[in-house]
Amino acid sequence: MTHRLAAMRALVAADLQIFFRDRRSVILNLVTPLAIAGLFGMVFGGGGSAPAGRLAIAVVDQDGSAISRAVAAGLAAEKTLAVSSLDEPAARDLVLKGKVRAAVVLPPGFGEAAGRAFLRSTDRPRVAVLYDPSQAATLAMVQGLLTQHVFTAVTGELFSGDGGTRLIDESLASLDTQGTDAAVTADLRELLTRARSLNERNRSQGGAGTASGGGLSVPFEVGDEPVTSGSTPYNAYAHATAGMGVQFILMMGIEAGVGLLLLRRRGLWLRLKAAPLARGTLLTARVVSAALMSLVMLAVLYGGATLLLGVRVDGSLAGFLGIAVAFALTTAAFGLLIAALGGTPEATRGLAIFATLVMVLLGGGWVPSFLFPAWLQQASLALPTSWAIGGFEAMTWRGLGLAEALPTIGALLAFTTVFLVIAVWRFRWDVASR
Amino acid sequence: MLEVRHLSKSFGDRVAVADVSFVAETGRTLGLLGPNGAGKSTIVNIIAGVLRPDRGEARVHGAAVDSDTSPAKRLVGFVPQDLALYEELSARDNLRLFGSLYGLAGAELDARAASALGVARLSDRARDRVETFSGGMKRRLNIAAALLHEPRVLLLDEPTVGVDPQSRNAIFDTLAELRSGGMTLIYTTHYMEEAERLCDRIVIIDHGRVLADDTLDGLYARLPAHARPVQQVVTVRPTLESVFLELTGHRLRDD
Repeated sequence: MTHRLAAMRALVAADLQIFFRDRRSVILNLVTPLAIAGLFGMVFGGGGSAPAGRLAIAVVDQDGSAISRAVAAGLAAEKTLAVSSLDEPAARDLVLKGKVRAAVVLPPGFGEAAGRAFLRSTDRPRVAVLYDPSQAATLAMVQGLLTQHVFTAVTGELFSGDGGTRLIDESLASLDTQGTDAAVTADLRELLTRARSLNERNRSQGGAGTASGGGLSVPFEVGDEPVTSGSTPYNAYAHATAGMGVQFILMMGIEAGVGLLLLRRRGLWLRLKAAPLARGTLLTARVVSAALMSLVMLAVLYGGATLLLGVRVDGSLAGFLGIAVAFALTTAAFGLLIAALGGTPEATRGLAIFATLVMVLLGGGWVPSFLFPAWLQQASLALPTSWAIGGFEAMTWRGLGLAEALPTIGALLAFTTVFLVIAVWRFRWDVASR
Repeated sequence: MLEVRHLSKSFGDRVAVADVSFVAETGRTLGLLGPNGAGKSTIVNIIAGVLRPDRGEARVHGAAVDSDTSPAKRLVGFVPQDLALYEELSARDNLRLFGSLYGLAGAELDARAASALGVARLSDRARDRVETFSGGMKRRLNIAAALLHEPRVLLLDEPTVGVDPQSRNAIFDTLAELRSGGMTLIYTTHYMEEAERLCDRIVIIDHGRVLADDTLDGLYARLPAHARPVQQVVTVRPTLESVFLELTGHRLRDD
């Protein structure tokens, strides 16, 4: 046993020595993920103190009515929007070029038709929202804000605008021709009469004449509260660090696996096999060295992210370390799996990198996974990347406890076991002699 | 002593070794001769415990090489045909690593590594990375790495491929010293002059089968009468290598 441990220690030490002597490799594996995490984090909101960017949209007012002007003014006043007033061809062109995310087209006669449709069951005007299909998530946001401001503008015009009395009078005149129940007609007549009276009073008091005043408004205010660990705000760098850390550590795992494939081509493999060592010792040494390299990378990455990007382990430190160790083992087993299933080192490297990038993408390493279809979000749970990234996030900015880390640790160890079993089963020990 | 009994090994449909048997006596050099693909390396790999035979066995001083951790593997030193060194590590770190695989440690490991470096005539380059070495230096270190655990049998699979005459001579001198110290050498080559110079006994192999197993004189005796060497008075012409060494010297060129 002592001999086996000493041999394993020597093999691991050699692997680590070789890894850290290669300056290019060290820079690639230690500095690059931190740099890219910084870049990604900055793009996705930084450390939480920076104001979010405004969404660029265009408003095309083809109507020019009090209502349409009020809608445009309401949208322009939104803090989350940067509104440009354009004609339709220009707006369509900017959407096509991706310069604005969406364009709201208020058609001719919009104000009149909207007011009429509010009071009666007449045809509703159609407001076109031109949007960038690559930014489809913004469509719902624009539609929501548009609904709010149209509602406010239309009711404002009815209850205090110059055109409101005319629209009410039209509605009163049409009541007798609608053929509805007499009692209902009487109630509607009373309602419209009181609305007309309110309009006249508002206008006589001087606050009227515009569609923006005196209308109905959304009957609540939103008090938004970001839910984090409580001690620190959300830090986009923490998400980016998790994603890039997982990606680059898996890349290192690939190199470890490809290194084993290359080793099999060389006399070194024969010399190692000629030594009185069990196969398990040789493979375990490989797993241990790859896992240690992963842990060093994680330590450097999170150390750098703490110092430079303000990332903190606000959750359980034990949970964080547990996830780090479990993911390091998963990476090492992944490398061994590649060595077991791979063909030529060159082809294997390309295929493994492609597979890893897809796993990181689907695991939410690049973009938040909520953007994926529901089935894909469920399917991504079959990937170790999804668990690892989620786990690191849970222990950093989410500030969750050890209990939340345990399922992640268990899942990663399960992946490790599966990878190892397949790797040992499929590993080709014998190399045909010349 | 090394005994090889009825070894057979196939890779898929290809028969690499078919019922090969021979014996190498202690303190002797046995040459395995054969063209490329004859099965020499497969036999050596089986003896080293790198490959498992389909049938048959190899025994070193009575102990079978039959598992990854077989004690018999400690009696065997193996010099693979390809350089079996970590290029990124120093010569000494390589030797310390390979010594560790055989259970050496501490002062004993340091002493063995230093001794092996001396055998390879690389003591002054101990701290240098192998990737900075010449081909001849790497070949010598490749042999030294197989000597750390003081094996009783040394397997050399074409150990002089690609080396200059000076390094080849140094390797031959080293092998002669090892043999005189009682080590059994198994030497595969397809350089006939090397076999003639080094080997006490020669096994000729082709298509995985033993064609002949005899001393050099015994092999000559198998030739038809008209082809046998005859004693005659001739002027011995020097070899080109002897001229080369005379002009360039026997000193190793490691710069």
